[in-house]
Amino acid sequence: MLKKILITEDSPTMRSLIISTLADMGDFEIVEAANGFEALRILPREKVDLVITDINMPDINGLELVSFVKNNPNYRSIPLFIISTEGRERDREKGLALGADAYLVKPFSPDELQALVRRYLN
Amino acid sequence: MADRPLSRAVKDFLGEAEEIIEKLNLDLVELGDAVERGGDPDLLNGIFRGAHSIKGLAGMFGFNDISELAHHMENILDNLRLDKIPLTQTLIQTLLDAVEVLTRLANGKAAEDDFTLDISPILARIASAAENGGEETEGDRLKSLGIDPSILSVLTEYEEHRLLENVRKGHHLLQLRIAFNLASFDQDLAEMSDRLKTQGEVISTLPGTGDQPERIAFQLLYGTDSDPGQIKTFLDRNDLQVDLLVPGSAAKGAASPSSPSGPDTPAQRTPEPASPESPSKMPAKETGPAAEAGGMSLRSISRTVRVDIDKLDSLMNIVGELVLSKGAIATLCDTLKSEGVTESAAQLQKATRVLERRLTELQKGVMEVRMVPVLQLFEKVSRIVRRVAGEQCKQVTLDIRGAETELDKLIVEDLADPLMHIVRNAIDHGVESSEEREACGKQSKATICLWAMQKGNHVVIEIHDDGRGIDPEKVRRKAVQKGLIDNDVQLSREALIDLIMMPGFSTRDEVSELSGRGVGMDVVKNNIASLSGMIEVESRVGEGTSVAITLPITLAIIKALIVQVENKTYALPINSVLETLMMDSASIRTIERREVIELRDTTLPLLRLGQLFGLASASSPAKRSYVVVVGMADKKMGIVVDDMLGQQDVVIKSLGRTLSFVRGIAGAADLGNQRTILVLDVGGLMSETLRGDAAIYV
Repeated sequence: MLKKILITEDSPTMRSLIISTLADMGDFEIVEAANGFEALRILPREKVDLVITDINMPDINGLELVSFVKNNPNYRSIPLFIISTEGRERDREKGLALGADAYLVKPFSPDELQALVRRYLN
Repeated sequence: MADRPLSRAVKDFLGEAEEIIEKLNLDLVELGDAVERGGDPDLLNGIFRGAHSIKGLAGMFGFNDISELAHHMENILDNLRLDKIPLTQTLIQTLLDAVEVLTRLANGKAAEDDFTLDISPILARIASAAENGGEETEGDRLKSLGIDPSILSVLTEYEEHRLLENVRKGHHLLQLRIAFNLASFDQDLAEMSDRLKTQGEVISTLPGTGDQPERIAFQLLYGTDSDPGQIKTFLDRNDLQVDLLVPGSAAKGAASPSSPSGPDTPAQRTPEPASPESPSKMPAKETGPAAEAGGMSLRSISRTVRVDIDKLDSLMNIVGELVLSKGAIATLCDTLKSEGVTESAAQLQKATRVLERRLTELQKGVMEVRMVPVLQLFEKVSRIVRRVAGEQCKQVTLDIRGAETELDKLIVEDLADPLMHIVRNAIDHGVESSEEREACGKQSKATICLWAMQKGNHVVIEIHDDGRGIDPEKVRRKAVQKGLIDNDVQLSREALIDLIMMPGFSTRDEVSELSGRGVGMDVVKNNIASLSGMIEVESRVGEGTSVAITLPITLAIIKALIVQVENKTYALPINSVLETLMMDSASIRTIERREVIELRDTTLPLLRLGQLFGLASASSPAKRSYVVVVGMADKKMGIVVDDMLGQQDVVIKSLGRTLSFVRGIAGAADLGNQRTILVLDVGGLMSETLRGDAAIYV
């Protein structure tokens, strides 16, 4: 069965960039969320294997999504990466402290993302 | 019951501290104005001394929190004085905030000796301000707010900044918790956020696991001028939980009013809220008087509103009228039922019950608002004691207990004069001079106890002195001399002592300037009776006198037992009713010309209302009758009535000054069907009956 990856990102361009990076690695089932709320809706419905999220989104921020995922016993074990333009050390520290498994700064390197996905999905 | 001796010294300290704190506030604001000029050494020195004084004073009284905070302020002010750190607006704001905490501490202690606050956040800010040479980082300021770190952990830097901005502007920081259905949470949340944005700023929205799988919980961080109660009312959702995380501190007027267009956009904001270009709000500067600064801090401690008692009275009256209207609806409901309109009647009854529950809540709420501790009253009394004792060169210690006991504000007000009079009497007539006391083998310093305690629906206030006591024989001679009693009347010791509360009685030949003033214990007794209270005096020669005043906790609306005697209807306050019995005329016995019945091994004196009020028609002993057992303090008696018509809420209205002399009646009440009945004064009736000569003095 294909691994399912949830991408939460309000910029369609950035979403497709992430998707194409992942596509280079092989076959994944991709679920897209244009904001945090959509992600909240998808999580209980789909059995997601990995979450990739942005930080700055219109409704809830990525840190809040991390907190939601990592504090919920149903989703806690799902690996979660933050990809953000926020290169600030504080946000990074916070994200990791909340339980995010990785923090990538945009523009991220495709190799880095691929390596991370490989590490967490295998 | 917690002891709360009101040490004069503590009062003095608080008074002085208040003055210094007010001056600190003013001086700091002035210093803020002087920052650009490079400060004002004299002013700074004055502020330093102020902090120093507070530290010393508080330390003496064991108020370690105040002392510690003042100590830290003093340190930083010392460094400023010595130019070790630069003077900045941020630092001044930190000091102003510290002064506010001082005010809150001092005010809190005025109400409760062991009141304290967590001063670590402000200490941390002071320390950080000192370390950073007067500048604080946002992180420091965030930490100093004392918000749960788990809340802060999900905020982006921008959100952190918005949070601080809200705090800086003096907004309250609230945490709203609510859960929505997964199916529609985004619309629901958006709708709620939009409404919230008209009153403030939604800083962050944290999703969490709901109580049920199909629900999702949210925790919103919200900056606003409204308090949690207002927001709850505004959103009108039962499942919403609103908590105050950080109370707003600045004057509301100073904070920019939130507009429907939402809070300031980030572009308008200066990125450094702590920079000197954006001086923090200083309400005192705009309005000048120190009172304003005091008001500001007062609000943030207790968040109280001063309300004219008349407004509360009128609210209470409206509630009373509502209760009556509800009664009318209930009656209508019964009528409908009897007319066979059962279905509608049942529905109406259901609706009435809901109304009744809400009314009870409303009534309780309004009543609670009216309750105040007797502390203020006791403080007044303690002043009188000091003054009077000083004037008479008598040594008196005042032992105050139960000052936190609450009573209806109106009762507390009306109690002031009687209480003053009793205490004056105690010092004037009861307490002996030191020499006399020593000669009797007593301690040279007399003790007057002023105790309040709650007993069920009543509050008992006891005034006890260990003076010379009342000599019943002396009272008797006086009463005979004044023509109050006949020479040959035999009265018990208690009855003799009660004579002091008869009009025209005074034990001293020359009326003392203090307790005299033409007012006697009879007026005191009347005053207490008009509050539906009861006064009892006990005294032993050489040991002292004890006066106990038993009062209902509140007046206005009471639950009453409606009784009928000789076709007249009366209301008996239910809080005095212990039980009701069917009367068996055979069980009545007569002891010393008084009717009594045996009630579970105790003898219960009976009072026939018919006789008392002169209603007695032709005797009809065969008639079925009831005994309502009433009790107040530890006394009991039975009131014989012909019928009991049920319980009802009644609003007691005064009979007015002209009829105030009528004993045994507390007031009049409207039954809701345009019928006015009299409310019996159980306390008054009891003291008259139990005194032995069940005659009402009219």
